[in-house]
Amino acid sequence: MHPIRKKRLTIVLFLLAGLSIAVALTTYALRQNINLFYDPTQISAGEAPMDVRIRAGGMVEAGTVVRDPDSLKVVFHVTDYNASVPVEYVGILPDLFAEGQGIVAMGRLNNEGRFVADQVLAKHDENYMPPEVADALEKASKNEGSSMPASAQPASY
Amino acid sequence: MAFDSFSAFIAMEGHGPYVWACYAVFFVLMLLMMIGSVRSRKAIVESCRRGYEFQADKSKVAASPPPSASFARVNVSQD
Amino acid sequence: MWQFFHKLGSPKWFFGISTRFMPWLLAGGVILLMAGVVWGLAFAPEDYLQGNSYRIIFIHVPTAFMAQSVYIMMASAALVTLVWRMKLADVFVKAVAPVGLVLTFLALFTGAVWGKPTWGTWWIWDARLTSMLILMFLYGGVIALDRAINDEKSAARAVAVLVLVGVVNIPIIKYSVEWWNTLHQPATFKLTEKPSMPAEMWVPLLLSVLGLYLIFGWLACVRMQTEILSREQRTRWVREFVMKGRV
Repeated sequence: MHPIRKKRLTIVLFLLAGLSIAVALTTYALRQNINLFYDPTQISAGEAPMDVRIRAGGMVEAGTVVRDPDSLKVVFHVTDYNASVPVEYVGILPDLFAEGQGIVAMGRLNNEGRFVADQVLAKHDENYMPPEVADALEKASKNEGSSMPASAQPASY
Repeated sequence: MAFDSFSAFIAMEGHGPYVWACYAVFFVLMLLMMIGSVRSRKAIVESCRRGYEFQADKSKVAASPPPSASFARVNVSQD
Repeated sequence: MWQFFHKLGSPKWFFGISTRFMPWLLAGGVILLMAGVVWGLAFAPEDYLQGNSYRIIFIHVPTAFMAQSVYIMMASAALVTLVWRMKLADVFVKAVAPVGLVLTFLALFTGAVWGKPTWGTWWIWDARLTSMLILMFLYGGVIALDRAINDEKSAARAVAVLVLVGVVNIPIIKYSVEWWNTLHQPATFKLTEKPSMPAEMWVPLLLSVLGLYLIFGWLACVRMQTEILSREQRTRWVREFVMKGRV
């Protein structure tokens, strides 16, 4: 390779490397702001600020969803299988909302440790399968008597 | 076929508007981009050809010895 | 090796070879894309969770994938422009930037329309969506910068620098769903593992990705030829090609 080209190549590569390091450090420093939501472990460890609009995300814990018969109020627990946080919400839930399903809620954490949400979004995972396969998986796991991973749990849809 | 009937295929269990809007926008934009690209290529070929023909005419006129005075029509491209 | 590399930089050589490939790229691309789309829309089974709205994946993933790989190709070409000053590399960047812009827009649009019924919102400022939006602005910036500078050579260098600076956004898009908490789900296709969907879903998806890739190849050829013709119209070979109807 021609020496001038070699020189240009090294300059360009050095600039790119420097730039990547700068961007990596910036995003690392800002990671808490880039994270869309706090997970239940962070919230119960007190890492999330109180009375500030934040998002909380995790799985809807099975058997914790309580719907108020007179209004649209719903109370449920959000878990990451490590810690869980009670969430209350008044409003229409997304279609995909179900026990064992991932959600991201927007709202405030009050001083009793309850998360009062004003918006609930459904978060689905990267697994796709036909309904029959999901049913078969569920049956198989019931026969084994163990609970299946939440990601493969069919929702009431 | 994953659907029982054509109307079920269009409705997609209520998700039809979302699915079809996506596909419509996708195909319209892709087609526009493809047609636009072919058209601008044709346009540049055409303008090149015109330029060369014009040059060829000019050089022909220049090659013949210019008469001191003439009433013959000068061949100039009209477009 | 270097000889081939320099031959690749010759506009005349590229013009001849691309003209031969173009019909095959277009035909193959259209066939594969239509096969993938028809299979995905009508024959693939519905998803257990999302029902039929997931069928948007058969155009969302191809456009999003292409939006990123077009940028990577542009960045490689920009490196060649800066180091080797090869004309054809610059022609490529200019020819495909608008295509990349359209593909990124389509990925964002289909994602938004898919997000409404599944997540419950059109848009959220999570890391994946935001970095994809930045990609769209990068494409826009490349086009605008190129138009703003009249001198061809300075435009080529300025554009190449911008493209290379923007390439740091690509790993951010790719890994945003792993590094940070996002609403967007992680990738279904991974290089090392089996895709997390059954074959009757991922085969049509793969077909439409390949089809869109070929159509992009065709589009790139057409647009590069346009750019070459307009730049080289004073050369003898373009004159010969045009007058003999070889274009």
